[in-house]
Amino acid sequence: MISWFHIPPAQRPLFSVFVSAHLVLALCCICSLLFGAGGLSLQASFQTLLGNGSADDQFTVFHLRATRTVIGLFIGLTLGIAGALMQAVARNPLAEPGLLGVSAGSSLAVAITLVLGASTATLTVGIAQFGALLGCLCVLSVARMQGQQNDPIRLVLAGAALSSLLLAVTSLLLLFDQRAADEIRFWVTGSVAGRDTDTLLSVLPSMLIAGLCILYAVKPLASLALGERVAIGLGHKPQRIRAVVIVAVALLVGGATAIAGPVAFIGLVVPFAARALVGPDIRRTLWLCLPLGPIIVISADIVSRLVAQPAEMPLGVLTAIIGAPVLLLIVRSRRMPTL
Amino acid sequence: MTATSLQFKQTSEINNLARLGAERLTLKHGKTSIIENLDVSLPEGKVTAIVGPNGCGKSTLLNGLSRVHSPSSGVVLLDGKDIHSLPSKEVARRLALLPQDTLAPDGITIEELIRFGRHPHQSLLKQWAMDDQQAINYALNAADLEGLKNRLLDTLSGGQRQRAWIAMSIAQETPLLLLDEPTSALDLGHQIEVFELIRNLSRQGKTLAMVVHDLPSACRYSDHIIAMKKGEIITQGSPKEVMTKELVRELYGVECDLIPDPMTGSPILINMKRVRN
Repeated sequence: MISWFHIPPAQRPLFSVFVSAHLVLALCCICSLLFGAGGLSLQASFQTLLGNGSADDQFTVFHLRATRTVIGLFIGLTLGIAGALMQAVARNPLAEPGLLGVSAGSSLAVAITLVLGASTATLTVGIAQFGALLGCLCVLSVARMQGQQNDPIRLVLAGAALSSLLLAVTSLLLLFDQRAADEIRFWVTGSVAGRDTDTLLSVLPSMLIAGLCILYAVKPLASLALGERVAIGLGHKPQRIRAVVIVAVALLVGGATAIAGPVAFIGLVVPFAARALVGPDIRRTLWLCLPLGPIIVISADIVSRLVAQPAEMPLGVLTAIIGAPVLLLIVRSRRMPTL
Repeated sequence: MTATSLQFKQTSEINNLARLGAERLTLKHGKTSIIENLDVSLPEGKVTAIVGPNGCGKSTLLNGLSRVHSPSSGVVLLDGKDIHSLPSKEVARRLALLPQDTLAPDGITIEELIRFGRHPHQSLLKQWAMDDQQAINYALNAADLEGLKNRLLDTLSGGQRQRAWIAMSIAQETPLLLLDEPTSALDLGHQIEVFELIRNLSRQGKTLAMVVHDLPSACRYSDHIIAMKKGEIITQGSPKEVMTKELVRELYGVECDLIPDPMTGSPILINMKRVRN
């Protein structure tokens, strides 16, 4: 009997990995309902879950904790998939929504609306998605400005430059507007606590569109991993595929950002873990990102409730603490994985 | 007058016969013209070798013919129609391309690679069918890779890897196959392995064109040679007709003698000397 770990990741049966990942996810969700920073003990939480809790306890478990679990589920899903797509398009395992100006565009759009008088409570999802898309389009046109061919490396460089520029403009805006700066401070660290499910519902239609985009683009995207010309030879249109994927990424990242603020590194860590488990083919990676994203976000959220009791650590801070070492690990690895 | 009209007649006849060709084709990189007003066609059912010095535009021509590089003017004709007016997927069912800059993703097996060749035959609704598996089995067999189909691409020899890429193109089931320097990074044994596969494909009725660096191999494994220099076709025809010491000097600045291969009769270069830069 050969051990599972001796099978190369790309050869492992996707189905069994997929199912076990979902079992872990279910476990994470239950834990997320059981643990909290508040006064409710583990035992009491458990009893509440079984239906024997007071009204207050039920509110804590089934409203407060269930809501943040659902939101954690959502942003893990969207950011994980957005990261995997972005890395496939940029052909760079370090590409992250933060890198290509998606998050930066989203943040700037939010900052502008805040400066214009909106508050984080009334923030609409469309604005964040629109900002994310503009960020993407800017970086694409910068990358194409003087080139005949669309070079992935140039794209990443342009994205990094554009990201810095957009973030600088955001900082500048907030420097002149104290109220907006105060508003955004809560939002800018990224959190799944205290958000409500109404925003989630307003995001769903655009998530459906993103899903259709992915369905259309995933196979050609996999062929792009064999080289630009190979993909053309197989009858695909790399430019169009990239455009569709970029739109999907903007919808996903904008949606997640509008709900939870910019949560860093999820888009990096999740595809990295998925590739380690099932290999680099985007069709396999994406399937595994479905459970892995929520697993990582929800468990990070649980930890963020427990490490600084009775206060909570913002989720964005914790994901950065997990994500930065992973980033270093990828950079320092014997060889960068080719995508 | 008569000579010109005769020549014209010949060209148009060739163009009518050929499935792939170009008329007054101009290809540019940025603002630099690499190829200008070129007429070319690939004889059907034959192996065509495109030869010439570095930078003569042979790879650019191949990219132009395979619609990877869009022409600035002129037209590439596939079965008599402008290749850029046909849906890309439709083109991919008639014309396969093996470029030089292929990338092998980590952990991909031979069979998985070959499966990509079926993309032009699939759609959102028709994902995987019997004929796909048949085409893959055929390709594995044709490229003599059956025993290796579950091996990882990056654990194979250079020749096997290149045969796997060619097998992907075979699975595409196209009558035309274009290859850009299919043997460039291979040692002698692996070169022969790949060239013999190419010749076998031609015997099965495919029309092939390849960019080749090595003149003796081009002579040995092709039926038709297109010799290019500075974006123009200097001469073309069967290896025995076109391969002369004057041509070698003109193309590469190399003085040499040519003798026929005692076994096959195809020209061999001996006594080579560089004469100018």
